[in-house]
Amino acid sequence: MSNSCEEEVITIGHCRGGSKEAFEVIVRRYMKDAYFIALGLVGNREDALDLSQEAFARAYYHIKRFNQTREFFPWFYQILRNLCINHLRKRKRERNHRVKELGRQSSTTCAGDWFAPELVAERNEMKEKVWTAVGRLDDKHREVIILRHFQNLSYEQIARTLYCNKGTVTSRLYYARRKLKEILDREKGGQQE
Amino acid sequence: MTCHDYKDLMMGYLDGELDDEQKRSIEAHLAACPQCESELKEFRKIKQITDEVVLAEPEEKVWQQYWGGVYNRIERGVGWILFSAAAILLLIYGGFKAIEEIVKDPEVGIILKVALLGLIAGLAVLLVSVLRERLYIRKKDRYKDVRR
Repeated sequence: MSNSCEEEVITIGHCRGGSKEAFEVIVRRYMKDAYFIALGLVGNREDALDLSQEAFARAYYHIKRFNQTREFFPWFYQILRNLCINHLRKRKRERNHRVKELGRQSSTTCAGDWFAPELVAERNEMKEKVWTAVGRLDDKHREVIILRHFQNLSYEQIARTLYCNKGTVTSRLYYARRKLKEILDREKGGQQE
Repeated sequence: MTCHDYKDLMMGYLDGELDDEQKRSIEAHLAACPQCESELKEFRKIKQITDEVVLAEPEEKVWQQYWGGVYNRIERGVGWILFSAAAILLLIYGGFKAIEEIVKDPEVGIILKVALLGLIAGLAVLLVSVLRERLYIRKKDRYKDVRR
């Protein structure tokens, strides 16, 4: 076990004893990862901040359920992911409801509608298109793209984070990239027409 | 192996995740299959443009205030739990006191008293039934550890 892992196990042990100081150490270690993953999943700065903080608070409440023989981050990721997915569902329901009330078609509503281009650093047209296209992927494909490209995780790390095997990660990545290409090609085609 | 079987290897090849033997296998296939070779080129483009997208860092104060936000949520959560538990206790206590008063009051008719006791007994049966069902399902549910 590496030093940082041992350190984390000890820190988590203190958290289980109710130490908020120890939990602060954990939060400071993972806050950027949590924020950027949430941003990748929901595509909105305020929501990403809110959801990632809420995920930490829930992790603190349920820290006794955490199996200390495993890594903290994959366990925390499940909490964060569930919060983000529920948030997206709720947002979609509200949006559909509003659209229905206005008497318009709701079929075009998808997560990509909230993926604002201003979240991209050193913006250009292509990067903005890719970011918006990532937002249009379905949840399980979007998350592998986020973990691979935005978090730079290896297949092994992604598999541990998602509690699945490497084959599943590879397969999801294949279909995610193919879908991404389809969306970008469609947009290109749409612009040319 | 068919072209479809090489899709996993293609992703690994693209992301530098293959060992030497796997690399040799996919390279031999790519040399013999123009369709997969062209697909790989497309994927390489997608990977390159996706890698170029970097999300903007928020202002430094977001990180400085981050723990404060989490701490407030934890504290408020504890507050809500205490508040809810106390409110439930007070409601139960108040309810029992009120019922006791009504039952003991000789001016209240017997029908009202029986109806009130029936209401409480019914509530108790419903509560026990729901709790027992939850416990039973939890014990017998073979899929409780399955992640959804």
